[in-house]
Amino acid sequence: MINETPLWEVFIRQRNGLSHRHVGSLHAADEALALSAARDVYTRRGEGGSIWVVPSSAITASDPDHTDEFFDPAEDKIYRHPTFYDIPDDVGHM
Amino acid sequence: MYRALLELADDHLVLGHRVSEWCGHAPMLEEDLALPNMALDCIGTARALYARAGELEGAGRDEDALAYFRGEREYLNCLLVEQPNGDFAQTMLRQLGFAAFMEPFWRAAAQSSDDAVRGVAGKAVKEMAYNIRHAGEWVVRLGDGTDESTGRMRAASDALAPYWDELFLSSPATQEAEAAGILPERAGLRANWEQVMRDVFAQALLDWPEATWSQGGGREGRHGEGLGHLLAEMQSVARAHPGATW
Amino acid sequence: MYAQGLIGADGRTDETPEFLAAFKARIDAEEKIEPKDAMPEGYRRTLIRQIGQHAHSEIVGMLPEGNWITRAPSLKRKAALLAKVQDEGGHGLYLYAAAETLGVSREEMTEELLDGRAKYSSIFNYPTLTWADIGTIGWLVDGAAIMNQIPLCRCSFGPYARAMIRVCKEESFHQRQGYEIMLTLCRGTQAQKDMAQDALNRWWWPSLMMFGPHDADSTHSDQSMAWKIKRFSNDELRQKFIDATVPQAEFLGLTVPDPECKWNEAKGGYDHGPIDWDEFWRVVKGGGVMNRERIAARKKAWDDGAWVREAALVHAEKRKARKAAMAAE
Repeated sequence: MINETPLWEVFIRQRNGLSHRHVGSLHAADEALALSAARDVYTRRGEGGSIWVVPSSAITASDPDHTDEFFDPAEDKIYRHPTFYDIPDDVGHM
Repeated sequence: MYRALLELADDHLVLGHRVSEWCGHAPMLEEDLALPNMALDCIGTARALYARAGELEGAGRDEDALAYFRGEREYLNCLLVEQPNGDFAQTMLRQLGFAAFMEPFWRAAAQSSDDAVRGVAGKAVKEMAYNIRHAGEWVVRLGDGTDESTGRMRAASDALAPYWDELFLSSPATQEAEAAGILPERAGLRANWEQVMRDVFAQALLDWPEATWSQGGGREGRHGEGLGHLLAEMQSVARAHPGATW
Repeated sequence: MYAQGLIGADGRTDETPEFLAAFKARIDAEEKIEPKDAMPEGYRRTLIRQIGQHAHSEIVGMLPEGNWITRAPSLKRKAALLAKVQDEGGHGLYLYAAAETLGVSREEMTEELLDGRAKYSSIFNYPTLTWADIGTIGWLVDGAAIMNQIPLCRCSFGPYARAMIRVCKEESFHQRQGYEIMLTLCRGTQAQKDMAQDALNRWWWPSLMMFGPHDADSTHSDQSMAWKIKRFSNDELRQKFIDATVPQAEFLGLTVPDPECKWNEAKGGYDHGPIDWDEFWRVVKGGGVMNRERIAARKKAWDDGAWVREAALVHAEKRKARKAAMAAE
């Protein structure tokens, strides 16, 4: 064997109007086989409408060690949420 | 017409059975899922065709009576589908050749004068299109892969070459069904089939084998030795308990 | 299809008490652990081992049932069995992928299975002798697996829990498929009914063994429970299984092969006779009827497929090179 068959991440959109969601992974030598395999592995019960396959190696992920600096700063910006603002009930729904 | 549908149903059941033999033994897990899908496509089509054939026969035989209680001389499948799986190259090439014939066949059968045939055609045409795609992908990769895989693909091509012709021959029963507008004419599908096959072979960097001889007889129930064993295995439980329900 | 009875996992770990306490606090708060999160080495090792064993069980489990695909006695049963065995392959695939997030490759896990370092559920070392075995496996073996897999959907490790949710969703037809086969047999001829009883006689005890050794003898359970990899003890799940399946056997008109199996009003469950743990360990260690054949079949598939996998990789390289050459022109 020259090396291991690459890993792919599979995203499926069940029907138009939804977004593609990560459903799992599989191994395939190239993108066409990956797409076929995704169809056979992840849409056996009519789950499929559209499939994306992405080489796992192409994904850049945020580092869990940097979770604090990445995500905590957003937590106290409460003025980004509608409930931060007082509007009298008389104004009606806004 | 009963006999013509039986030929078609037997093709699908025997091929589906052969492909199902791979389940759990494929070259990679992904193919352990792909191969049963192909087998299920074929078996599903066979069931619908047997049901219709049984209706037409009018002798009260259902799909299981037709599948499990006819012997090898009564099976009317073409020889291609009963060929042993061989290696993965041979299985994929056999699937490609069969699907490349059936896909235009079902496309044309969408105009059939028989409701049941039209119903089968609508579903089967899509399944066979996918079978062409997936088996074709593999033929290309194995043909243009390593020296070993190229050699195996060539050997598969030689092994199956004598059996392609029979796909295009119509038995007297089938000729009647063709004349009645129930089934499309087999001979007329050759150009389309050869185009698809030559195209895949070109991508696979393989030479298209010019047939030097061809082998038929399946439509008269004259088979190779392999089919008897296939049926003996398939029918063993059902025949040990005649009349039982499963 | 698989049940617990994790064999030989090593949960030892040598992180600092502070680290372990912080990790435990996350687990206790029902937080999911994701692959790149910091985790104790023992947690990682236990999961790799358990998910690997689970995946191998699915894959080896294709063989005993696959043994009857070509002989299924009706076309409807043939299609259903094919789809079921295909599902087992899919479940193995999802699980390998879950284990791969922990940094072990499918190839490595496969090699461990083939050279005997990794275990799989011992139930698959029993042979399938008649069509009724297919019904019994669906009913009892998948039934036992479902009992174990439903709590695994809440396992603390995210990828494992997600894989199990998918598996459980798909498996819901497996047990019903098996029980329906049994029902049909039991309503059929005397020969069919005898076949059903014979299959139950052979699969009952191995099914109970699927839950693993008694809690008192189960060495790795405590740590796995604390880490919420495992949620119920072996004996708890076994009891649940017996309580569910004994009435199902009665409905079929079959008798479980245990003269001591009796309803116990006081505990609100069935008592059962002693389980032959010598047989269990003998089969785990290679002394079952089918151990050698199962691994030989997997090894043959893997070895025979090597040229296919290699050809696909070489073809992909060739295509990439051609594309690059065309772009350079």
